[in-house]
Amino acid sequence: MSLPVETLAELREIAARYPEARSGLLPMLHLVQSVEGRVTAEGIETCADILGITAAEVSGVATFYTMYKRRPVGDYHVGVCTNTLCAVMGGDAIFERLKDHLDVGNDELTERRPEDKCTVSLEHVECNAACDYAPVMMVNWEFMDNMTPESAVQLVDDLRAGTEIHSTRGPRVVTWREAERVLAGFPDDLADEGPAAGAPSLVGLGIARTNGWTAPPASADAGSGRTADSKEEAVEQADTSRAETETKQEDSDA
Amino acid sequence: MADTLTPVLTDNWGDERAWTLASYEARGGYRALDKAFSMAPDAIIEEVKDSGLRGRGGAGFPTGMKWGFIPQDNPRPKYLVVNADESEPGTCKDIPLMMASPHTLVEGVIISSYAIRANKAFIYIRGEVLHVFRRVQRAVQEAYLAGHLGKNIHGTGYDLDVVVHAGAGAYICGEETALLEGLEGRRGQPRLRPPFPAVAGLYASPTVINNVESIASVPSIIANGHQWFASMGTEKSKGFGIFSLSGHVKNPGQYEAPLGITLRRLILLAGGMRDGHELKFWTPGGSSTPLLTAEHLDVPLDFEAVGAAGSMLGTRALQIFDDSTCVVRATLRWTEFYKHESCGKCTPCREGTWWLVQTLSALEKGQGSEADLDMLLDQCDNILGRSFCALADGAVSPIASSIQFFRDEYVAHLTGGGCPFDPALSTAWAGQEVNA
Repeated sequence: MSLPVETLAELREIAARYPEARSGLLPMLHLVQSVEGRVTAEGIETCADILGITAAEVSGVATFYTMYKRRPVGDYHVGVCTNTLCAVMGGDAIFERLKDHLDVGNDELTERRPEDKCTVSLEHVECNAACDYAPVMMVNWEFMDNMTPESAVQLVDDLRAGTEIHSTRGPRVVTWREAERVLAGFPDDLADEGPAAGAPSLVGLGIARTNGWTAPPASADAGSGRTADSKEEAVEQADTSRAETETKQEDSDA
Repeated sequence: MADTLTPVLTDNWGDERAWTLASYEARGGYRALDKAFSMAPDAIIEEVKDSGLRGRGGAGFPTGMKWGFIPQDNPRPKYLVVNADESEPGTCKDIPLMMASPHTLVEGVIISSYAIRANKAFIYIRGEVLHVFRRVQRAVQEAYLAGHLGKNIHGTGYDLDVVVHAGAGAYICGEETALLEGLEGRRGQPRLRPPFPAVAGLYASPTVINNVESIASVPSIIANGHQWFASMGTEKSKGFGIFSLSGHVKNPGQYEAPLGITLRRLILLAGGMRDGHELKFWTPGGSSTPLLTAEHLDVPLDFEAVGAAGSMLGTRALQIFDDSTCVVRATLRWTEFYKHESCGKCTPCREGTWWLVQTLSALEKGQGSEADLDMLLDQCDNILGRSFCALADGAVSPIASSIQFFRDEYVAHLTGGGCPFDPALSTAWAGQEVNA
């Protein structure tokens, strides 16, 4: 069974965005997931054909990145951050409660009960860059901030019942397949929904406003310090050996 | 002396529909672009060099110098790649920036690309932040329609195309050469250097890779001048940065301040620690930077002072843990993260992180003996500095530093036959339970 003709056209369209077609592979696999519900063998073959690489090369990529799923996920894929900070702030308790409540393990899909309109899959995720809103959950990669075990249970019950859910600082949550289509580079026109920022993002700004603190005016004098003039000095000043290995350029390369 | 907090990048985040072009332009957005176009590209590189801006993605390498490494006599196309793969545990500044003010980034991309003479730029955003992806994509679209992107921008004859690219879940792609592999449609495994990306990066062409916050800082430097930027911060760590406080403070969030502010000051601004608790340990710049403790509250948070204190400024990801937190549990969890995210290319990291988890798990359960602590440190010693990239180095940071400061707590797990802490007491809702 092959993918729909319009999908093939869109996959080629993704590849054409880049100077070299293979750069399109990550978004192409997102598109495959949006159409197939997961990365299928057909999807892998199709990407390989379009890019002129082997199916093994595509499989190698599809198995490297955690967002690509080889088994079906729910209409709503629920992530609970259990990296250290969120775990300590309650992420572990939330994840345990949800596993128990949904009767699934990590990266598993709930059974559809007669009363369910939608299915949910559950996964523990790594740091999702929202630590000031801990504990954090994600639904189809939209932020659900400052969760508790109780609000988490309510959330998954609502999702299964088909109730419309909004991200705590984002739009109406779309289905997993719809989300994957956006990540493939086909916008869904929800960019203007939701606020610019949640309260923790604005807390420092609020304090600055209250105290009349600002950056200096443009005419301020330079400080007396001096930054590196040479690359050796820059590497010396740089924070880590990482800077050295990542950035220092060998003379011989130029 | 600059004010305690200096909102520049965060200044418009509270504006009505801050993410839109209309809102951004209403407060002067895209005016730095015209100033930049009136300058020679090399003059922009000089301006950024003179500002003292150092990479905001963790390593702190001077941004202007990185741009200067691009061999302009190389006939191949030049590329700018923005690293928006923010994934270092504790780091949460680029995501709100792109959510609230994606045009700040886009304007920075245009100026930076013009400076390095790139006609194609990529913004590589981690895939797990759907709405942020939408906002940046929309901003790029708006910039095209307004003539800030595309052909003959502002009538200058300069062309620039920007592609917004979604990753697919891999911490390692925050490492710049792994990111390039991902962007080339491959498994995200770091490359051996040299050659460095400035010489042979994306498609083996000269490539600059910069963090979101670094690029977003460029428009303000061009608009206000390098002296303005350098008037903030400390002697060798110039300018402002977003400090991200998370964990057991009353008001976690984003605080934009000159480099050199102390954690003591930041915790005060954040309303203090949770009632009835004291600071126990913290990370200055994400989990890959060695832990610090209450004795380091007055260390100026700049590259030099944090380095001198035995850690790294990193991404200013200040994860704050109070006395209710078990440091062994925290360290084990971070170690499990590195094990999960090791790309598998280098043996010390691929195998070593598994060994670390095994040894730490036993210790956390109270199994083993004190000699296992030394074995753990020995394992760290065999991992540190022995891989292509810094992931493995990051993996040993929390372990070595937690044993340094909290050896007794590890021993207590052994003598007590398990963890002496109640995890319920460290949660966000601890003390708020309704007693039935």
